[in-house]
Amino acid sequence: MADTAPQIKNLSINFGPQHPAAHGVLRLVLEMDGEVIERADPHIGLLHRGTEKLIEYKTYLQALPYFDRLDYVAPMNQEHAFVLATEKLLGIAAPPRGQAIRVLYDEIGRILNHLLNVPAFAMDVGAMTPMLWAFEEREKLMNFYERASGARLHAAYYRTGGVHQDLPAGLTDDILRWVETFPKVLDDMEGLLTDNRIFRQRTVDIGVVTKEDAQDWGFSGPMLRASGVPWDLRKAQPYDGYENYDFDIPVGKNGDCFDRYLVRMEEMRQSLRIIRQAIDKMPAGPIMVEDNKVSPPRRSEMKRSMEALIHHFKLYTEGFHIPAGEAYAAVEAPKGEFGVYLVSDGTNRPYRCKIRAPGYAFLQAADYLCKGYMLADVVAIIGSMDVVFGEIDR
Amino acid sequence: MALTARSLLLTELVKGLGISIKYMLKRPVTLNYPHEKGPLSPRFRGEHALRRYPNGEERCIACKLSEAICPAQAITIEAEPRDDGSRRTTRYDIDMTKCIYCGFCQEACPVDAIVEGPNFEFATETREELMYDKRKLLDNGDRWETEIAQNLELDAPYR
Repeated sequence: MADTAPQIKNLSINFGPQHPAAHGVLRLVLEMDGEVIERADPHIGLLHRGTEKLIEYKTYLQALPYFDRLDYVAPMNQEHAFVLATEKLLGIAAPPRGQAIRVLYDEIGRILNHLLNVPAFAMDVGAMTPMLWAFEEREKLMNFYERASGARLHAAYYRTGGVHQDLPAGLTDDILRWVETFPKVLDDMEGLLTDNRIFRQRTVDIGVVTKEDAQDWGFSGPMLRASGVPWDLRKAQPYDGYENYDFDIPVGKNGDCFDRYLVRMEEMRQSLRIIRQAIDKMPAGPIMVEDNKVSPPRRSEMKRSMEALIHHFKLYTEGFHIPAGEAYAAVEAPKGEFGVYLVSDGTNRPYRCKIRAPGYAFLQAADYLCKGYMLADVVAIIGSMDVVFGEIDR
Repeated sequence: MALTARSLLLTELVKGLGISIKYMLKRPVTLNYPHEKGPLSPRFRGEHALRRYPNGEERCIACKLSEAICPAQAITIEAEPRDDGSRRTTRYDIDMTKCIYCGFCQEACPVDAIVEGPNFEFATETREELMYDKRKLLDNGDRWETEIAQNLELDAPYR
């Protein structure tokens, strides 16, 4: 009898890289015991472009556009980490207006990111409509991006020592007008999702992370805060004047997918507060440090003054040199702590540029998060993790 | 009790349906592209163009700053003095498949010769058509000069 007993073997299935709910090019090898996940093994690297290595061969200015392409959902937040690292090494800081513009666009980026993540997550668990509304709002936000930087996504707007150009006239008024209308859209989205029984059944008590585990796995951002740790770099180690803004950090209780959704929704409302304050308190003055060894001279000046023209040529061929040393600068990107570790050997190019992407830490916990849940829950968990492969594979 | 009533009466679902129906009755926000297009700011970085002076002379003086700054190394420039002694390019190629539209070339150009114009509808059927040469870029400049000049003028106070 023994040799005829049925052999039961776990089933291995590939989730992705072409699966629409894999949020990009995630290949997840799942070992299944029936419907239950025994092991989840993420395979990454399908979007690897060698960003870190490429940056070693670019001047500091040329390296900047690479950061747009990491987390392409909120491009300017990544640039911010890089320019902060270079500024740290140079020992300079952006003038107040430049800092305020950066804060303004960081928060617009945060809303851009959450406006993609929340409805995409909702769509993963079966709600189609919020996506359509959120993309209408994203369109407006990308118009603000475009009016300031000239590109809807890949902005290349922040520069070492400030931002590239001043905001065009009327832009802040339009942003304020949008800030007035946006809470209504958030209310409508919450009206569809928060109390909805289908959404709740799919998210409450799914993918629970305890406070300790969240810290042990190196989580940051909404993933950490949903587990009840009030850690936000904007409060913990303020950069570019975040200490002057009045805002709250939403914290979750249970650390499940539903809490992560709630934290993101509240973060958007807090971002609106910061945007309003940034515009109200926007100081006048220069947007970039007025040191022509770092920032190019103004165009009108460059056309008249020989010295300015020489600076212009030097900066656009050789670029600026950064004294030897190393620095780590981190910003609270919408997904979590996005850090840039720069090693400079005193030349015009970084010796090494290590990028710390928040999504990478989330994904390494995929096995821990998914184990014991059902196949359909994997989709919800990945959706709530908010992974973007530009920054994970980099 | 209230919870049971809510759960039996599907209140939150009905409420959600109400919101959806409200949106259904609103004016649609979609644009009928290509007949309608969204707004573009003067700073928009689209297809490249090489500009000329009003007298028809090329602006580009082959200083090669755009070639030097291009992070994607998409620009190739060759130059030699012309018969009249002026320095002009003999070759100005942009590989549009490499270009990342960062705008550094127009930022670096000291004579406003290479610019990224407002055109974003330059999709082609073959890859070869995206290897732009000098003639194509100058053609673009001639075709888009009015818009480019207007955009540069609008943006001049901020540059």
